[in-house]
Amino acid sequence: MANMQAHGPVALVQRRRWRRLFSPLPLITGFLTLCVVLMLVVILWNIVAGGVGRLTWEFLTTAPSQGMTAGGIFPAIFGTVFLVILMTIAVIPLGVATAVYLRYYARPDAWFSRAVQIAVKNLAGVPSIVIGLFGLGFFVQFVGVGIDKSFFGGEVTMGQPAILWASLTLALLTLPVVIISTEEAMRAIPTDYLEASYALGATRWQTIRRVVLPSSMTGILTGGILAVSRGAGEVAPIMFTGAAYFLPYLPTKLNDQFMELGYHVYVLSTQSPDVDATLPLLYSTVLVLLLLTFALNALAVVVRARLRVRQAV
Amino acid sequence: MTDALTVKMRARKLNFCYGDNHVLHDVDFDIYSHTVTALIGPSGCGKTTFLRTLNRMNDQVVGAKLDGEVSIDGEDIYRPSVDVTALRRRIGMVFQKSNPFQKSIYENVAFGLRIAGVKDRRILDETVEDSLRLSALWDEVKDQLDKPALMLSGGQQQRLCIARALAVRPEVLLMDEPASALDPISTAKIEELIEDLKLRYTIVIVTHNMQQAARISQFTGFFYMGDLIEFGQTAKIFTTPTQKRTEDYVTGRFG
Repeated sequence: MANMQAHGPVALVQRRRWRRLFSPLPLITGFLTLCVVLMLVVILWNIVAGGVGRLTWEFLTTAPSQGMTAGGIFPAIFGTVFLVILMTIAVIPLGVATAVYLRYYARPDAWFSRAVQIAVKNLAGVPSIVIGLFGLGFFVQFVGVGIDKSFFGGEVTMGQPAILWASLTLALLTLPVVIISTEEAMRAIPTDYLEASYALGATRWQTIRRVVLPSSMTGILTGGILAVSRGAGEVAPIMFTGAAYFLPYLPTKLNDQFMELGYHVYVLSTQSPDVDATLPLLYSTVLVLLLLTFALNALAVVVRARLRVRQAV
Repeated sequence: MTDALTVKMRARKLNFCYGDNHVLHDVDFDIYSHTVTALIGPSGCGKTTFLRTLNRMNDQVVGAKLDGEVSIDGEDIYRPSVDVTALRRRIGMVFQKSNPFQKSIYENVAFGLRIAGVKDRRILDETVEDSLRLSALWDEVKDQLDKPALMLSGGQQQRLCIARALAVRPEVLLMDEPASALDPISTAKIEELIEDLKLRYTIVIVTHNMQQAARISQFTGFFYMGDLIEFGQTAKIFTTPTQKRTEDYVTGRFG
């Protein structure tokens, strides 16, 4: 542009040419963004329109009946909540402990800690169906059967699909999310705080317990909520490890099977005896699942914002 | 004057390396009880490193190696049998940039006590009040002990850090340029504080500000490139130093 003359007819033509080259760009990108937003709106609209009709209190609190063509999805909601609570109990302590170990106890160049870091990164990339099959092979058929042989004299108690195994399999899937969120939160803590703690005579564990973990709470909670919102929607990890098509009872023991929202959507779409009759219920189930996921993500945002305000003061 | 004083801490033939970097060379240093000893010198001369060897804060640094002896009341603090956490309760530290925890004012001051195992609420209350009075902060915060510490101004936060360090009743207080990030009024308050504190504690202070060193200390050590060039009574160091380099530094010929 340095050799462009500032005035005159040549300059004018050059400027117009530049303008023509550059002005479509915002139009094109704007249009593409609009397409994406429109797609989302269309999908949501389709689901809301199709599903809001059946979304009654009765739908949310009764069991399915008449071959899934009537009734509600309460057992699936109950199963999802129970499943996710168990998963959280497993994944948060394990994830936080791993992050703490990697950052404060492991020597960064030791082969063991490098192996753990590689394992965590790769775990995040494993397809959920593979994790589901692993859950079946390891938890149900190895650990479960092993427990049966050692404690129940071979009688089939734990060596079968169960909500415990499904929740542990889900925990495996969401572990990287918790580890990474915790790591991020801990990294944000300035070393000043740690030095202040040590200078007062604290041990490493005391520093972690009293300074690091409280300050990382936002990150840990966010990771937990994201893990929950991911876990509530995954179907592949629970398909072989405990989810069931229809159960006349609610899961109350750890070795019970359970119904679940995501799995219920799969079931309604593929194994329904009367597709037209179950379609409205399918829409409503999808809507409930989506609302649950949105609510959880919104909760994560709110919790994060609130805690950040309290800490940043 | 020196016969009335006892040596509280002493370094002999102290050599310190960060990896291959030999940062302190053969330092011999005496710190006298109930005095303020200033460590002065240009940036990078090793004065902060030396300060940190006094409470073993360099233990955390990867690749740090120390040779020689550092002792308090005649006992070597680098003996393998020494309990480092107990040592740090005897030798406290205040940092250049104030670093209160993300907790309430009360919990900040009580932190050192809690980790030492003190649970009695009454003892905690008394010690917190005592420490805040000692650091001239009590009147300003006595009604807001539960508020977050980060709400306080820079000068108040630094005084809070001093209170926090004093709460564990140390014998020696190490201060690394405690007022360098503060405005002149806060700095004056802290210098006044140090004057009062020396009656009960032994204070070692690193400072970039020579006028400050001249104002508040009784003894001064001048460091240059990892060597202790000169050590002596502050008045002498600033008026009739024996080493040329000391004279050049205190007269501002280089900094």
